[in-house]
Amino acid sequence: MQQMQSQNSFSKGFKDGVPIGLGYLSVSFTFGMMAVSSGLPVWVAVMISMTNLTSAGQFAGLTLITAGAPMFEMALTQLVINLRYALMSLSLSQKLDNGVSTLHRLAIAFGNTDEVFAVASGQKGEVGKRYLYGLICAPFIGWVLGTFIGAAASSFLPETIRSALGIAIYGMFLAIIIPPAKHYRPVLYVILFSVGMSCLFNYVPVLNRVSAGFVIILCAVTASALGAWLFPVEEGGDA
Amino acid sequence: MPEIKTVLLYVLVMAVVTYLIRMLPLVIFKRKIESRFIKSFLFYVPYAVLGAMTFPAIFASTASLYSALGGLLVAVVLAYYEKGLLPVALSACGAVLAVEWMIRMCV
Repeated sequence: MQQMQSQNSFSKGFKDGVPIGLGYLSVSFTFGMMAVSSGLPVWVAVMISMTNLTSAGQFAGLTLITAGAPMFEMALTQLVINLRYALMSLSLSQKLDNGVSTLHRLAIAFGNTDEVFAVASGQKGEVGKRYLYGLICAPFIGWVLGTFIGAAASSFLPETIRSALGIAIYGMFLAIIIPPAKHYRPVLYVILFSVGMSCLFNYVPVLNRVSAGFVIILCAVTASALGAWLFPVEEGGDA
Repeated sequence: MPEIKTVLLYVLVMAVVTYLIRMLPLVIFKRKIESRFIKSFLFYVPYAVLGAMTFPAIFASTASLYSALGGLLVAVVLAYYEKGLLPVALSACGAVLAVEWMIRMCV
C-alpha cells in the first residue's frame, strides 16, 4: 500500500466548516421556533440540539415528544431516520489516518453529520483528527446558536431571508457532488440512479409513506451497490 | 405536552440512539477493508447519499418552487465550473432572493 497524503490541519478544517455552520443557522432556527411553539422551554430546545446534532431526527423527535409517544417508538424512529449515519461512519472509518485512536473516534463520531461527512469525504486522500475537530466546530456552533435564536426570538429573520437560506445546504451538496460526476462518469450514473429512486419514493403513492431517513438508506445502498458491481473502482484509485 | 422529567427522558433516548449509530461503525471498523466490491461501494456512498438528500427536497427548500428552481440552476452551473462550496451555496441563496423579488414585483 502506498503512503497516502493526510489532511490534518485544524484551521483548514475550521474554514471548511464555516459554510456548513452558516447553512445550519437557518435550519436550526426553524427547529428552535417549532420547539418553543409546541410548548418546550428554550433551554430544552437548545439541549436537544447540543446532544443530538441532527436535523431530521430532531424534527421527528419533537413531534413524538409533543404526542407523548412510547419511549420504544422514539428509539425506533430515531434508529430508522438516523441509520444513514451508520453508512456514513462506516465510509468515514475508511478515510481516517492512523493517528485517529479509539478515544478520538468516540469524540469525532458525535459530530459526523451529513454535511461534515460530505466535506470530509471530499478531501483527497486520508483525513486526520485535527482537521475533523476543526471541521466540526462551526457546524456545532451554528446548529446550537441557530436553535437558541429561533427559540428565543420566534420571528427574528424576515421570511424572505429564511426562504433564501433554506437552499444553502443543497447548494453545498451540489458543489460537492457535481465536480467528481463531471470527471468520472460512473459517479454521475450513481447519483442519477439515487436521485431518480429518491424522487420515486417521494412522489409515488404508498411508496411516499416510507420515512425520509429510510428512503435515503435504500437509495444510497442500492445505487452504491449497483455502482460497485457495474463500475468497480480501480485499485489504488482515490477510493 | 408531557411533564419536564419525561421530556428529558425522551431527549436522552434520542441522543443515545443517534450517538450509538454514529459511533459504533467508526470504532469497530479500524482496519482498512480489502474487498474491491466494498471499497467501491463505500466510494460511491457519499455521492448517492447526497444526491438522494438533495432531490427532491431542494424543490421544497424555499418559499416557492420557482425560486428553488432558480437557486438550483445557479448552483448546478457554478458547481459544474467548480466554484467551491461557499460561492455555490451563497449564489444559490442570492438567486432565490432575486427570483422571489421578481415574483413579488410581478404579482
